[in-house]
Amino acid sequence: MTMPFYVAPEQVMKDRADYARKGIARGRALIGTVYQGGVLLCAENPSKSLHKISEIYDRIAFAGVGKYNEFDQLRVAGVRHADTKGYAYSRDDVDARSLANIYAQYLGQVFTHEMKPMEVEILVAELAPLTQVGGLYHILYDGTVMDESNFSVIGGDSETISERFSSTFKKDWSLKEALRASVAALAGPERKIPVSELEAAVLSESNGRRAFSRLGQTQLDELLA
Amino acid sequence: MFSPSDDPGPSFVEVISRILPEKSALPRLISGPETVSYNSGSLISVPHGTTIAAVRYADGVIMAGDRRATEGNFIAHRRIEKVFAADRHSAVAIAGAAGPAVEMVKLFQVQLEHYEKVEGSVLSLEGKANQLSQMIRANLPMAMQGLAVVPLFAGWDILRRKGRIFTYDITGGRYEEVDYHATGSGGRDAKATIKLGYRDQLDEASAVKLLISALLEASEEDSATGGPDPVRGIYPVIATVSEPGFKRVTDEEIAELTQQVLAEKADRGVAQ
Repeated sequence: MTMPFYVAPEQVMKDRADYARKGIARGRALIGTVYQGGVLLCAENPSKSLHKISEIYDRIAFAGVGKYNEFDQLRVAGVRHADTKGYAYSRDDVDARSLANIYAQYLGQVFTHEMKPMEVEILVAELAPLTQVGGLYHILYDGTVMDESNFSVIGGDSETISERFSSTFKKDWSLKEALRASVAALAGPERKIPVSELEAAVLSESNGRRAFSRLGQTQLDELLA
Repeated sequence: MFSPSDDPGPSFVEVISRILPEKSALPRLISGPETVSYNSGSLISVPHGTTIAAVRYADGVIMAGDRRATEGNFIAHRRIEKVFAADRHSAVAIAGAAGPAVEMVKLFQVQLEHYEKVEGSVLSLEGKANQLSQMIRANLPMAMQGLAVVPLFAGWDILRRKGRIFTYDITGGRYEEVDYHATGSGGRDAKATIKLGYRDQLDEASAVKLLISALLEASEEDSATGGPDPVRGIYPVIATVSEPGFKRVTDEEIAELTQQVLAEKADRGVAQ
């Protein structure tokens, strides 16, 4: 029997983290932010059909960056979890916190036990019930969870974008302001992102039970005009 | 998380049967037919729902259901609802044993929404009708024991741009109706009424009135169908499905139109 070379666990973890980070850094960034009456998710995405942002449940949305097949697998698992829970108990019992924990557990498990970590970073957004604070759960490739009540930036170059965005962020701003600031932060000072390469969706109180809706080309044009 | 080789796909029924196969509270809708003794005469008393009807009109389809549930010769409930939104562009109405019927509707609603979310696109109207058919077929053993569920399904077909109505038998057989249908214990009377009053391209108010009188006639002939109850403010549940989506006709509108139907009936002179 051949003996594998000894590699220090610190080194293994560092290599995996570097590998995942590199994969994620290649993709474009995504911003999730709370505005008056809703949550906006906005990403740079040239594809019209391979979405980064999707609906999970009545008041929960999912956004992922990194490797498409990996975050899409997480998205589908989230829909299954939420629908099963809502069917077995009640629609009111489905919440983003529990979903974020499941994602964190799974990503953590894959990170430590599998050959290759998942090259994804995800955001679980929840439209707050009237009495409570909703917000955004930001989950990393290794299962680290952070909850943010104002905004969160994931994906490549997220630190720079986050700095740009935080300088313009205002509490209780309108959808229009939030979207303009998001697009400006994603683009940076030297670039302009065409509307056709934007993907945006909201969780909005005005949509009724299923709060999720995508912002189509015309709506984006109107809001950014 | 399922491996790609045994992924349940966009079907919620499939997902839940893998995750919770032994959960006893779930109906047999999930596990599918199994052998049972066909004791059709068993006398368990469960609430039954009764007359439901659907009509095509100018903008789509309208569905209606009375509000009574019976247990044998007792009135079990006065205000149960039998017409539900299945999703944005379709509606389902139930007749038969209320328990399994309501459970079937709940599962059907989740199934359609689940498909839409997982696939990122909505099932075609025909696809939805077939899904319901499979659920009724899975309920066959219960139906043979007296717990039959016979729904009526209607919706706006986005591809063909028209309203369509589907009916079922207890074995899951699916049949498309051209213009209208009614089923349940008072279904015959309701259907005859609709047949006499039906015209092509009815407007919404006339179609609602036609359904109100269909349910009224059914309630006069069938003890298991509830008529309008102005004292308690209980009126049939009526909903339209058209291009903008499912919409319930408000109780106030129905109350108003019921008054008109009753007045017209009185004007004609009521046959004893």
